[in-house]
Amino acid sequence: MSEVKYSKEHEWIKLDGDVATIGITKHASEMLGDIVFAELPEKGSSVEKDGTAGVVESTKAASDVYTPVSGEVVDTNQAIVDDPSKINQDPENSAWFFKLKIKDVSEIESLMNKEDYDKFAKENA
Amino acid sequence: MDTKKTSLYKLHQDCNAKFVEFAGYHMPIQYSEGIVEEHKFTRNHSGIFDVSHMGQLFIYGGDELIKDLEKIFPLDLKNLKLNHSKYSFLMNKDAGIQDDLIITKISEGFLIILNAACKNDDYKILKGLLNEKYKMVLDENRSLIAIQGPKSSQILNEVISKVKDLNFMSGNWFLFDNQKVYITRSGYTGEDGFEISIPNNFVDKLTRELIDKGSKLVGLGARDTLRLEAGLCLYGHDLDKDKTPVEANLKWAISKERISKGDFIGSDIIIKQLNNGVTKIRVGIKPEGRIIAREKTKIFNQSDVHIGEITSGTFGPSVNGPVAMGYVENEFSKKNTKVFLEVRGKKYAASICSLPFYKKSYVKGAN
Repeated sequence: MSEVKYSKEHEWIKLDGDVATIGITKHASEMLGDIVFAELPEKGSSVEKDGTAGVVESTKAASDVYTPVSGEVVDTNQAIVDDPSKINQDPENSAWFFKLKIKDVSEIESLMNKEDYDKFAKENA
Repeated sequence: MDTKKTSLYKLHQDCNAKFVEFAGYHMPIQYSEGIVEEHKFTRNHSGIFDVSHMGQLFIYGGDELIKDLEKIFPLDLKNLKLNHSKYSFLMNKDAGIQDDLIITKISEGFLIILNAACKNDDYKILKGLLNEKYKMVLDENRSLIAIQGPKSSQILNEVISKVKDLNFMSGNWFLFDNQKVYITRSGYTGEDGFEISIPNNFVDKLTRELIDKGSKLVGLGARDTLRLEAGLCLYGHDLDKDKTPVEANLKWAISKERISKGDFIGSDIIIKQLNNGVTKIRVGIKPEGRIIAREKTKIFNQSDVHIGEITSGTFGPSVNGPVAMGYVENEFSKKNTKVFLEVRGKKYAASICSLPFYKKSYVKGAN
């Protein structure tokens, strides 16, 4: 399993073989506040790098969730749809959003590592 | 113009508030625990809201003032008892709502609580309508806090004795630290509670004492989810100049005695709408599932015809689901009517429902 990478849109991505697990970062979940709604892409659908692939809503506002890489959605996490507060509780682990069979591994290489992302998140807080 | 700070700004900072600009003020949207926890704490215990940005307008006068105010507000003010409050509206001549407000009879005249974003305009409008005959003070030297929720009466009573004897929608002067504070039993959350008008220099001390007794500061975020669950309108969203009190389904707030005489601003339109009905009306809307329909969401009927718009919508933490209100064409306003809401390009089922979403537990009073 490779290291976790991060996008400027505050998603994390973890690659296992050719399947990537994607979710939103702890920083993003804290910025959003209490998450009360989550919408995920449909299983079997294709998503394009930097395109929208879901929605999260707090009591205050709705925000798009983007996919940092292209691919086919092979699994989605129904548990966060049923109980969106899980996203605030464990955003970078059990509250993952969707899994993609990725098209192009090189898309991951352009993403940030943890250190760079933490710096980026701090600057953009 | 510089963004203003309320006298509780330092306390908000001490409590890790996240600030937003609201109506020209730095206001706390939430504190560290977040909107959902603050909401639930208010429903189950007691929450304190800084609403010092709201206008506190004192108008001084006697019987002539009562007569003049009855030309403005659709209220039976001559029969409003000392220290009793009424919900009302400042309307334009088309009965469009300029502001919604609470007016309380005090011994020297009236105290009117106005929305922050409207207060300066209201002051000018009222000054004009009253021909500058009366002393009017939009008091910037007093702060306003609300303490809301089932434990609030006990908590406030420990700090200011006898407040628990107040009846709902009535008030009185009390002393805190030898300062005159005006307290009404009222609020904007659907819970029992109080609103306290207090000199700026003492609000920090009072609020800290209330926190020591077990209450907690709650931000504007939870104030919005609480009021929406309680079915209460937010000016600038559910109410504005293009909506009348009849369309807003608030005709209960218009005095029947005054309608029979009809000599207040906007009365001809109000009477016409009461007799002939309205084309659009405010309703509660319950989306199916978890989809949240926010302000400006379009509402469609079962034949896919656009019939209205959401004016407020969020997730209700106590309802544990989405809640909304909006305006629909009158023929679709019956309870349980199926409608569709267009969210991000897709249509979601919802139904018209009665308000409130969360049942009130107002205390009618000890007397």
